[in-house]
Amino acid sequence: MAFIEIEGAGKSYGGNVVLRDINLTIERGEFVAIVGYSGAGKTTLISMLAGLVTPDTGTVKMNGLEITDPGPDRSIVFQNYSLLPWMTVYENIHLAVDQVFPNWPAERKKQETEKYISMVKLTPARDKKPGELSGGMRQRVSVARALAIDPQVLLLDEPLSALDALTRATLQDEIERIWSENKKTVVLITNDADEGILLADRIIPLSAGPGATLGPSIAIDLPRPRDRKTINHDPRYKAVRNHVLDYLLTSGARQKTVINRKLILPDIEPEDLSMRVPGWHFGRRPVRRKEIKSESVEVPS
Amino acid sequence: MNKENQFKFDWVILPLLAAVTVIVLWAMVSSIQGVSLPSPLKTWEASKLYILEPFAKRGELDQGILRFTWYSLVLVVKGYALALIVGTPLGFLLGVSKLFTKSLDPLIQVLRPVSPLAWLPLGLILFQKSEPAAIFTIAICAMWPTVLNTAMGVRAIPQDYLNVARVLKLSRSRTLFKILIPAALPYMFTGFRLSLGIAWLVIVAAEMLTGAPGVGGFLWQEYNSLIYEHIILCILTIGIIGFVLDRLMSLVEQRFKTA
Repeated sequence: MAFIEIEGAGKSYGGNVVLRDINLTIERGEFVAIVGYSGAGKTTLISMLAGLVTPDTGTVKMNGLEITDPGPDRSIVFQNYSLLPWMTVYENIHLAVDQVFPNWPAERKKQETEKYISMVKLTPARDKKPGELSGGMRQRVSVARALAIDPQVLLLDEPLSALDALTRATLQDEIERIWSENKKTVVLITNDADEGILLADRIIPLSAGPGATLGPSIAIDLPRPRDRKTINHDPRYKAVRNHVLDYLLTSGARQKTVINRKLILPDIEPEDLSMRVPGWHFGRRPVRRKEIKSESVEVPS
Repeated sequence: MNKENQFKFDWVILPLLAAVTVIVLWAMVSSIQGVSLPSPLKTWEASKLYILEPFAKRGELDQGILRFTWYSLVLVVKGYALALIVGTPLGFLLGVSKLFTKSLDPLIQVLRPVSPLAWLPLGLILFQKSEPAAIFTIAICAMWPTVLNTAMGVRAIPQDYLNVARVLKLSRSRTLFKILIPAALPYMFTGFRLSLGIAWLVIVAAEMLTGAPGVGGFLWQEYNSLIYEHIILCILTIGIIGFVLDRLMSLVEQRFKTA
């Protein structure tokens, strides 16, 4: 039995099919990346794993049990960090530790909190509030909070997409380091195929929406630790990358041919300035063409 | 002009200029024959005693201006506290529950614009005494901004914060104290500040009607005894105290700003 199993899951919002026929199995300790277009339903997919969204059809199971609710065994790092702005770095993480391990003595909770702060190298910023931190630092706090509750699986929802390229690279290395130290199961959602290939054991493309579904699972058998400078020249890297991009591009193109969107123009009409009545115009707008009851046009004879 | 001078000009010279202009206009109007508006000088002469000995008590109806203000403030604090105690939980309920909003919203919209002058007689009937009636009136008039802002603050809490609570499986009370209240606090304080402003408006009206000792009562009594200078003294005092209260509240508000 696989650790996480999604079978035939689908989800629609108000008649719009976001995801259909999602099948995915993840083994314990695996690092899986799911790459897809923005707005394709990646966040919906990971919310299903987190239990924040329940699928309309199909099942999502972990350890053979259906996921119905969110819980601390699956911690999620959101795209926008979702730190509580009125708490310091320490308090944000301590809240999670305190909630998940209520029976620990206070000293142990404190040590555990400190441990994860130092793991993401934020000890100097321990007593700062999220508003005083940079985007990269906030995301690191968010990762530390997610790990501090010792989850069985770590769900990363585009954790680095709001960051600049340099910070992104540093944090990618950090995620890989943390993963290799903890050996937790990780599901990474991203819109950057290179990021997925650099970090994951397996990469799965998600086709373009609406009605997105998962493509073939592509194993990445590149040796770890991976060096982003040399990896670019590895033929296996190029092969995986082409495979993923091919799938994404063709799925996008296929979707484009069937796309059938109704174009609704806003119901407004420009003011007809030529119809301005001379004189004072306090509180009056110029007459619009469709409001003109009669119109006489002089035709030169 | 350098920065410091610009500051002086904006915050000292311009307001002073405006104040002097108004006083000059006041003096001009009061000098017109047949107008019984006391002149600025006469107002100062008549009010000097009340300002220079602000806490003196010469008799029940003849006390220093700050002593009267103190009576009013005590009453305001009681009514305002009552407004917050009732208004904040009510706002939370409205923010959390759609059912509550739908059932109570029309009622609130109808009660909110009712003037304090209309509530006071009802308070007098209910409590038979002027002080609890005044407190009741202050509370019921000042409550609405707190109720509505708290409800809005709770509704405006980002889904992200609630997701954190769901993932961590926080209990109801912990969600309330660790997430809902801190997240809604900035809105709540805006409500608290508006409520305090209304409470201060209402107390003057309530005192005028009940004749209770305080700035409003003093104002009405001096009107009846034809000492018009004191009316102006009272108006200025009410304005300054109201301004100070608002400043104090906004300082507290800044302190609790979270995001």
